[in-house]
Amino acid sequence: MARIIVVTSGKGGVGKTTTSAAIAMGLAKKGHKTAVIDFDVGLRNLDLIMGCERRVVYDFVNVINGEATLNQALIRDKNCNQLYILPASQTRDKDALSQEGVGKILDELKKEFKYIVCDSPAGIEKGAHLAMYYADDAFIVTNPEVSSVRDSDRMLGILSSKSRRAELNEEPIKEYLLLSRYSPDRVKLGEMLSVEDVQDILSLHLLGVIPESKSVLNASNSGMPVILDEKSDAGQAYADIVDRYLGEDRPHRFIDEDKGFFRKLFGGK
Amino acid sequence: MSLLDYFKISKESTASLAKERLQILVAHERSSRNQPSYLPQMQKELLEVIRKYINVGQDAISVSFEQDEDQETLELNIVLPDLQLKNT
Repeated sequence: MARIIVVTSGKGGVGKTTTSAAIAMGLAKKGHKTAVIDFDVGLRNLDLIMGCERRVVYDFVNVINGEATLNQALIRDKNCNQLYILPASQTRDKDALSQEGVGKILDELKKEFKYIVCDSPAGIEKGAHLAMYYADDAFIVTNPEVSSVRDSDRMLGILSSKSRRAELNEEPIKEYLLLSRYSPDRVKLGEMLSVEDVQDILSLHLLGVIPESKSVLNASNSGMPVILDEKSDAGQAYADIVDRYLGEDRPHRFIDEDKGFFRKLFGGK
Repeated sequence: MSLLDYFKISKESTASLAKERLQILVAHERSSRNQPSYLPQMQKELLEVIRKYINVGQDAISVSFEQDEDQETLELNIVLPDLQLKNT
């Protein structure tokens, strides 16, 4: 049975697209046929993060409007043949996506794919609403920072009242917390909300902590999902997250500060 | 723990401040989220009815909706103007 995962946050700039790219790649590398969809119509960026921006011919809106078939629009990832990307349209028409059209495409994708990852735009407008509407699971990407935590809580309210599952009185969407841009050093100094603090406030199941990491910018610079950088802390954090989501037992990492004396002294990455 | 940490801990950390503010805010927003959608309209109409009889201000009426395990409470609070004002 296919699962639809929405990666959402409310607030912008917290790492939704980075997360979507990483977990889609992680699931695909585990052998599950995965599609990742960019819902940010007008501001598409998933193609850049996935490094396939020059291969975009048709997009999500073209498929909805019947101007292209799904197979024409899906881009096969260059690093993993189990992974396909459906780019967003760059049209300025905000109403280009319709609930019915999105539902039809997701139904079609469900026949072929095991996981469908929906990269939500920021905000709570139509694109964000449609990205989460059909979801089975929600990955709430949150930074340990007041506005991000508040917006995440707002998204939780929307997930539990405005989704298809809520409207049909089905089993609710499974919600998971992904705490990104985490700095254990700053938490220890009392300058940053801790994992426990955020969990106390949001009461969410923690899927993983992604540390603040230079590797994320390096990955997006080169158009490679950060999970492919297996040596990096953020890449390992995402790999753990994928494993945990698939039911494997992985102890949480990157929550405590780095104890290495020399790394601390020289301010390693 | 380094020597530097001792200085930092002497005053309340900004993280605990953030947590406190968020807990209050989130609790408040969650309770208003569960309110029925007809509440603002009902409040407006009630105000109109009351104003037919008593000269009260816009903010003289407050409606609150609370929900716990086994019951829902709708609380209506109307503040009547001072007697002196009423007699004039």
